[in-house]
Amino acid sequence: MTASQIIFYLIAAFILGFGILSMTTRKIFRSAIWLLFSLIGVSGLYFWLQVEFIAAVQIVVYVGGIVVLIIFSIFLTQQSGIEMPKAPFKRTIASVLTVLFGFAFTYLLISKNNFQAGDGKFNADVSTIGTRMLSAGEQGFALPFEAVSILLLAAMIGCIVIAMKSKPEEK
Amino acid sequence: MWSLQNIADSVQHWLYATFNPTIAMLIEFAIIGVLAIGLFSMLGLVLIYMERKVSAWMQLRLGPNRVGPKGVFQTMADTLKLIVKEGMTPNGADKLLFNLAPFIVMISAMVILAPLTFAKGFQIWDINIGVFFIAAISSLSVIGILMAGWASNNKYSLLGAMRSGAQIVSYELSAGLSILAIVVLSGSLKITDIIASQENGWWIFKGHVPVWIAFVIFIIAVTAETNRAPFDLAEAESELTAGFHTEYSGMKFALFFLAEYVNIFVVCALGAILFLGGWMPLHFGTGTKFNEVMDYIPSSVWFFGKTFFLIFVIMWFRWTFPRLRIDQLLNLEWKYLLPISMINLLLVTLIAILNWHF
Repeated sequence: MTASQIIFYLIAAFILGFGILSMTTRKIFRSAIWLLFSLIGVSGLYFWLQVEFIAAVQIVVYVGGIVVLIIFSIFLTQQSGIEMPKAPFKRTIASVLTVLFGFAFTYLLISKNNFQAGDGKFNADVSTIGTRMLSAGEQGFALPFEAVSILLLAAMIGCIVIAMKSKPEEK
Repeated sequence: MWSLQNIADSVQHWLYATFNPTIAMLIEFAIIGVLAIGLFSMLGLVLIYMERKVSAWMQLRLGPNRVGPKGVFQTMADTLKLIVKEGMTPNGADKLLFNLAPFIVMISAMVILAPLTFAKGFQIWDINIGVFFIAAISSLSVIGILMAGWASNNKYSLLGAMRSGAQIVSYELSAGLSILAIVVLSGSLKITDIIASQENGWWIFKGHVPVWIAFVIFIIAVTAETNRAPFDLAEAESELTAGFHTEYSGMKFALFFLAEYVNIFVVCALGAILFLGGWMPLHFGTGTKFNEVMDYIPSSVWFFGKTFFLIFVIMWFRWTFPRLRIDQLLNLEWKYLLPISMINLLLVTLIAILNWHF
């Protein structure tokens, strides 16, 4: 095994370990924190693949955005510091079965489709990503980009409308 | 000619000539780690002394003057006191997260050092997304603060952490937009490219009014992001005792304190790199006699000089402006700074496209 492979397995174990911890812990805030570590592990994997831009985006969006949002909503819920009750036995069995089936299906898919290892070279310059994102040509992503922009704009306007203070009605 | 670049190059050359590549790389990692930790402790000592002296000077006091000549060993004595103090963990706290939080804050401050250029050719990792990397990692420190506030199981800590979280998340936007202004002008995210684009003059001179606006917004936003006065309502002593680190003591408190000062250094270094040319000496145009004279001053002196000037400006703010209320703070960001910096970004793009900059 080369050093690169060892590093890959270490990162993968890190991601999976914290994923399992985040599912099994009985304190909701800790669960969010373990999820955070798992996501940081994913961005570490991107760094290992040398796609630095995607790795940084992973950190900005998931760690700086989504996990912070989750933590804020945990802060706003009542009794979030209390340890949750232990899951009933039936539920444990069901979740173990789900996990096993998930593994089985994924394994089946991977073994049926003969995936080849790439040559490990990505052209992931920021300028390339930017040009492709905004070009309407052969390999451009202008349409999906615009669709996502409109979706986000709609979401933003919705947020503002919800958060707007309505003036008290005069009697 | 002795320069940091030559020393680093000769060390690397010797290592790769003597050992096989893997071991040489591991030794380099160790050297970089030792240097980074050394820089951190030096920064802690120097910046805290500087802060106390600057605030004393602003208030017509003497400041620390008992330990050593002019009190230079005062911070050393304080550090010794913090080391021997007991690091207590409250009974009702979530002990694991309580003890983990200072390390998260510290590690995220350390990782940001990687793409900074301290002198000509003296840099840990010239990553091709440089400034974006810094912006991404600095969003991690808010998690440490939220964690500390929650795990302390204390109402003041939680309030402080919530305020701090809201503040950092919102001011990140205008800091990012003002960074983008320079990225648009220099056409690259890489730190070395950004510095190289300032060879015939720093951006603050070349970029006209929009760059000044971006610079001012950047300084305001990073002051808020590092929780410094006048935006220190996360720890507002008079209302929240000490905010998110109320329950911390001993070395765990010291780590928060140190991380705060290192973050100030990092953001000021970033400001110096983006707007004031990093290690680039003061140049006007190309090939003039003035430039040659300026080149005699070593690049590390330029970098640290600019950075410490910006740090001084941020310390100056602390004794000039009164603390903002939370609603004023959020109004300032969302109703003034963000729209201004968005329009400013458009203006900068116009300048970059029409080549109006020098």
